[in-house]
Order: sequence, then structure tokens, then C-alpha cells
Amino acid sequence: MIIYLLCLMLFCCGLYCILVKRNIIKIILGIIIAEYAVNLFFILVAYRMEGRAPILSSEVEIVNMVDPLPQALVLTSIVIGLATTTLLVAIAMRIYEKYGTFDITKIKELKG
Amino acid sequence: MIELYILLVLMIVGAIVTIELKDLLAAVISIGAVGMVLSIVFLIIKAPDLAITQIVVEMLCFIILLRATLKKDLPFSTTGSWLFNTFVAAGFIAIFLFVAVKAFKDLPEFGYPIMRVANIYLKEGLVKTGASNLVSSIILDFRAYDTLGEATILFTAVIGVLTIVRRIGRKKKDEIVEEDDE
Repeated sequence: MIIYLLCLMLFCCGLYCILVKRNIIKIILGIIIAEYAVNLFFILVAYRMEGRAPILSSEVEIVNMVDPLPQALVLTSIVIGLATTTLLVAIAMRIYEKYGTFDITKIKELKG
Repeated sequence: MIELYILLVLMIVGAIVTIELKDLLAAVISIGAVGMVLSIVFLIIKAPDLAITQIVVEMLCFIILLRATLKKDLPFSTTGSWLFNTFVAAGFIAIFLFVAVKAFKDLPEFGYPIMRVANIYLKEGLVKTGASNLVSSIILDFRAYDTLGEATILFTAVIGVLTIVRRIGRKKKDEIVEEDDE
């Protein structure tokens, strides 16, 4: 239970960064932090006490494996996170080229 | 399990450092530290595939963010309704925390998952797919349509990046097209 709360604290750090900061790169970093926290939460839910990694062996029979299903889903989610981060950074660089700043309060033309 | 708590606290400290640093390059480096600690956490809670993927993705992410922030260090603006914004954000996060803590009471205890679906995969994974790594047997066999959909998202994002960074539309005749990232 405490470990879930720590994971939630990490998510809230990312959320605070997205809501309060005004630099586009800082907002992207906040999105990355929130994404890490969600990935970590799924794997924490899948953990089993004294568990083993879900890889079978031919010599010994391994009981007590951790849940492999969230691991499979998070594996693709991490790669997608990289792709969306690249897209965000590309947009941010275009904005920098056009307006010469990363500060969202100075980019007036975005408003309309 | 004490090392897991220490690493999670380290991740939170790294995230706070990332948020509060004024220097963008230093912030990018410290988020790299958070990602590396996350891969160690994946290793401790028995997800070796994820640890490997996380390290590779972290390096690529670091390079891309470095390309965006190098020599573009800008001062932060603190004008406008700064205090009001922070107050509203803190209130929103407090409400979110309250609801989330209530929701966490319905989750199973840490270390004792339900595994209603995964038990079938664990029992029949080797017989049905022939893969000894059960994570890859789920990714490529039991849930292959999920992976197909996620690959679609991946390639859509790549097409988006290529569309944004190309300069064909504004090219003059004697201008050389510059190569950008990706």
C-alpha cells in the first residue's frame, strides 16, 4: 500500500510539472515522468511475493511466477512512449524555430 | 523489499530536481537518472525484458531531448498569475490524491495479485506457443492483435515526426535541405 502511494507521488510530480511550468521542454519532461509512474504502477500490481521472472527453464520447475500479462502490455507502452516523446520534441523544435522561444506565455499566435 | 522503497524515493527526488532546475540541460540529464533508476526497479521486481527495453529507450530519449535543448537555455518567466496557477494546480492534485487513495483500498495487497487471466498463460504458454519466455509468448501470440495496434500507433507517430521536421514545402531552388533528427 505504501509503495503504491510512492508511485502515485511520482505521478503527481509529473502532473504538477505539466500544470504549472511554462517552458515547453519542462512540460514534455513532466509528461515523461507521469508515463514512467504509470508503467511502474502496472508492474508493481503484477508483482508477487518471492516471485520469479516469467521465463521457463527445462531443468527446474519454477513455481510462483510474477504476472506476465502487464509486463507484456507495458513493454509496448514504453516503446510508444518514446515515439510520442519524439513527436512532442519535433513540434517543440518547430515552435522554437518560428517564435524563438520555448515560453508558452510569449507564443501569442498559438492562441487563435 | 527495503531497496525498492529506497529506489522509489530516489526516483521522486530525481523528479523534483528535474522539475525545479532552471537549466534545461541539467533537467534533461536528471530525467535520464530517473529512467535509469526505473530500469533497476524493473530488474528488482522481476521484469528483465522491461529493464532492457527501458535502458535502450532512455538513451534514445536522452539523445532526442539533448538535440532539442542544446544551446537553447532560456530564462523562465514568472510574470502573470503565477501564484493563482500554482494554487489551482495544488488543489487539483490534492483532489486527485484523495480520490486515488480511496481507489487504492480496492486493489489487492502488494505482492498478492489476482492473476485470473495469467494463470492460463502460465500453465499453457509453453504447450500452445513453444516459447519459454512467457512475456514474448503473450506479446507475439496470445495478444498479437494488441501488438499490431500498438505498432500502428508507433508508425503513425514516426510519420508525424517526418512530416513535421521536413522542409520541402518552403524550399527555394538553391537551398539545401537540412537533415534533422530521426
